[in-house]
Amino acid sequence: MSKIERGVSLYSFQEEMFLGRMSVEDVVTFAASIGAPGIEILPEQNMPTFPNITDAQLGEWQDMLARHGAHFTCYDMFLDTKLRKGEVLSDEEQVESIRRDLVLCNRLGIRNMRVLIFVRPDILEKCVPYAEQLDVHMGVEVHAPWHLEHAWILRTIDVADRLGTRHLGILPDMGVFMKHYPPEFRARFERQGARPEIAQFIVDQHEQKIMCEYTIYEVAVKMGGNKAEIAMAETLRHAPYANPRRIKDYAPYFRHIQAKFYGMTQDCTDPTIAYDEVIPELVKCGWEGTLSSEYEGNRWIQDVEEVDSREQVRRQHVMFENLIAKAESRLEIA
Amino acid sequence: MFDKYLINAASLRNTGPADAPTGFAFEAKLGYYRGLGLSMIEKLDVSIDGEPLAREAVRFDEGGGRTGGALTLDEMELAYDRRWPFGTPATILVDYPGGFPAGEHELTLLQQLRVSYLPFPSINTDRKTVSI
Repeated sequence: MSKIERGVSLYSFQEEMFLGRMSVEDVVTFAASIGAPGIEILPEQNMPTFPNITDAQLGEWQDMLARHGAHFTCYDMFLDTKLRKGEVLSDEEQVESIRRDLVLCNRLGIRNMRVLIFVRPDILEKCVPYAEQLDVHMGVEVHAPWHLEHAWILRTIDVADRLGTRHLGILPDMGVFMKHYPPEFRARFERQGARPEIAQFIVDQHEQKIMCEYTIYEVAVKMGGNKAEIAMAETLRHAPYANPRRIKDYAPYFRHIQAKFYGMTQDCTDPTIAYDEVIPELVKCGWEGTLSSEYEGNRWIQDVEEVDSREQVRRQHVMFENLIAKAESRLEIA
Repeated sequence: MFDKYLINAASLRNTGPADAPTGFAFEAKLGYYRGLGLSMIEKLDVSIDGEPLAREAVRFDEGGGRTGGALTLDEMELAYDRRWPFGTPATILVDYPGGFPAGEHELTLLQQLRVSYLPFPSINTDRKTVSI
């Protein structure tokens, strides 16, 4: 039996929720129906009265989740350091804002908080006593173009090690394992005027993992790339393929995963993110936590087709079920 | 991420006396996957047929039964305790003597947001051909 649980981030349904075509409860109903009852919430998206949430509202949320056999897994915080024009929040104000989120997270009964990657490690260090008291794990989002072993991420891990705390760590976004260039990106840039041969060149360069600046220069200067082609080449700055074999070294520092994806094929494979390499690593090291769908394909296809986030998320969970089962059976044989 | 959905074309209407409108108004959503405090909305630029209107001509009202009414964009930058929630229409009011010009015209809304984790401002633009 797997220790990996499945869930969805409400972020995945931003298209339908923005347009008023799905409510939060619609998402929860759907998530439970595909065996992914762990719900990751963005209070600043899903709670219109944020940051003022009454106990009555909390009760309505818990009742609604319980009705569908669902539960919260993670709280995505934000930090408005640029609240005031022309100045940055003081350190004390930043700590106070994070503390506000930790308190709300705890009131919601959630034990994982996604911390934006730009939050300074020394600010988080000051928040550790609150996180410990409220029993919330602060996980710094490891998001492309950063990756698991980026020096900025290692600073947070150093703080956690030095304090010996289990309430500070990381929260990987699987976008860091972009093995292949997303076909949804390519198609969008071609619709915007990228020539197919230039688009193919960019895809080939990414496939070979050539450092992005070479490709950008080739396209922008040597090939006289147009606006769409240069923009496509520049996406390579945010397209790292980190080594999945390193996952086990960092597994003790995370309890939740944002399972980023841009689109699934009809036969339920991800053409872009290397889940077929990531999931066996997670299973092998006995990682416990939730794989939380984070569909971000809507913005790449909404110009030509109706976005169907439900179908995309459903396909991703078919893939998860298959990959987890396969990895576990391999482990049993071995 | 939501640019083409920002302006609600059907909501366009004139404001002021019916026989002598003093401006127009329309509903719009915030082009962002979460809500944002009003102080971080730096620009709501409105243009008609590509002609930008003065910043002073534009006011904003997020509604919601709150007292205080519409804010100028300069007032909005100091509204630290008010938010524009995710996916929620707000009213953009524009002073424009005579009201929205007759017939079809291109209405553009550009939102410039100060998103703390981004190194640059977030700019969202919707452009729709509309008429009253």
